Amino acid sequence: MAEIKRGVSLYSFQNDTFTGKMSLEDCIRTCAEFGARGIEVIGEQTFWGWPEVGVDHAKVEEWHRLLKQYDCVPVAHDFMLDYKRYKGREMPFEEQVASVRKDVDFAALLGVKYIRALVSIAPEVLVAAAPYAEEKGIKILIEVHAPLHFDHPWIVRHADAFEKSGSDALGFLPDMGMFLFRFPRVWKAKFERIGVPKNISDYIVKAYEDRVLSEYVILNVREMGGQGPAIAMAETLRHNAAFEPKRMLDYMPRIHNIHGKFYEMDADLTEPSIPYDDIVHVLEKGGYDGYICSEYEGNRWVEDVEEPDSVEQVRRHQEMLKRLIGQPTPAALAA
Amino acid sequence: MMDNKMICVDGFENVVEGGETTGFAFLGRLPYYRGLGLSMIEDIAVTVDGEAVARGDVRFTVHGNTYTLDQMETVYDDRWNFGEKATIGVVRAGGLTPGKHRIEFAVRMRVSYLPFVPTTKDVKELDLAA
Repeated sequence: MAEIKRGVSLYSFQNDTFTGKMSLEDCIRTCAEFGARGIEVIGEQTFWGWPEVGVDHAKVEEWHRLLKQYDCVPVAHDFMLDYKRYKGREMPFEEQVASVRKDVDFAALLGVKYIRALVSIAPEVLVAAAPYAEEKGIKILIEVHAPLHFDHPWIVRHADAFEKSGSDALGFLPDMGMFLFRFPRVWKAKFERIGVPKNISDYIVKAYEDRVLSEYVILNVREMGGQGPAIAMAETLRHNAAFEPKRMLDYMPRIHNIHGKFYEMDADLTEPSIPYDDIVHVLEKGGYDGYICSEYEGNRWVEDVEEPDSVEQVRRHQEMLKRLIGQPTPAALAA
Repeated sequence: MMDNKMICVDGFENVVEGGETTGFAFLGRLPYYRGLGLSMIEDIAVTVDGEAVARGDVRFTVHGNTYTLDQMETVYDDRWNFGEKATIGVVRAGGLTPGKHRIEFAVRMRVSYLPFVPTTKDVKELDLAA
């Protein structure tokens, strides 16, 4: 049986690359050391100038040299498509399609097989760009990301449009954050730092565990005297509804890359808020043999009090994936 | 995100043009995990020692090009890259006195996929050399 492969999105190291503490070589070498051979980039984060100005060819050459040197594989380029580039008017349809084609070309230049489309992009734009992507051997994957999920009508609309197009250059890139099943500790701690009383933050965490409808939780927090940050904390439940990983099974033929989102890895190599054991078993059951690219997003929740330790967090996430991939399915999940 | 990395501690100085001090400048970074085309920078608000700077007095310089905020709204061929230090200038005859000044720097950006328009702010006390 083909195995799930391990990769890293360089998004994970954003605090370190922002200040120049880590270079592109540091990032790729670090991933290689963890045995995570797949590399995903947000094109315009890693390559200055993209898309409006263009990219220095020497940087692209460096990218290919480093991948070869560290025996890594280019997996995906996450593009943005700024359809609000013009103040007060949306970018016209044809220009949006042309912009996606440009990102297909950039992907081909980087040697990746997939480009990530943000979930707000209309299915018609992607369908119109699909023939060009096919020609270049690139697949366009829409990122299914909380608060959206596989049963949301917007995603169903995408799925229908993809089927109707008949193109296999269109697919999905699920972000594992949509399967959040416990309130992340780093979120709770941040909300407490900005003034949420502990009795309210404890209540929200418990209400999330109990799967109470977010609107009830928000009202209850208000009645407990919660304001500002307390309401904001309760409102996160609206956007994180603990969907089930098995919802991916209907879509397996179009799932080609995975964002291994995580907020905090414990020293014992678990992510307490996202059910990775269940996720990996579902993916194996669905015959998934693409990459899971670690995507550390705890950074923005801790950076106000400490410099995020992105490298150690990614190391732990990779160790966890190593442990979970290829293990027999426990009886409880086999049914 | 990156709030506390927006204002750089290096590069805080008075601007001297033709022998006259016409303002001051500091280095600022975009609080985001990617860059943005300049047309998507909706506003840059600067406060110095508690006093708000008028929008028309703010200047933005990258890649050797200086823009007003109004001009930036239609710049489609230049970017504020990820982590890139731009020079944030303020027109102010005589500049600032040497010593410590409290600088507030807020950026509002138009992000296509977000259902809101975020503003991110940093505050730092910077030291202007004599």
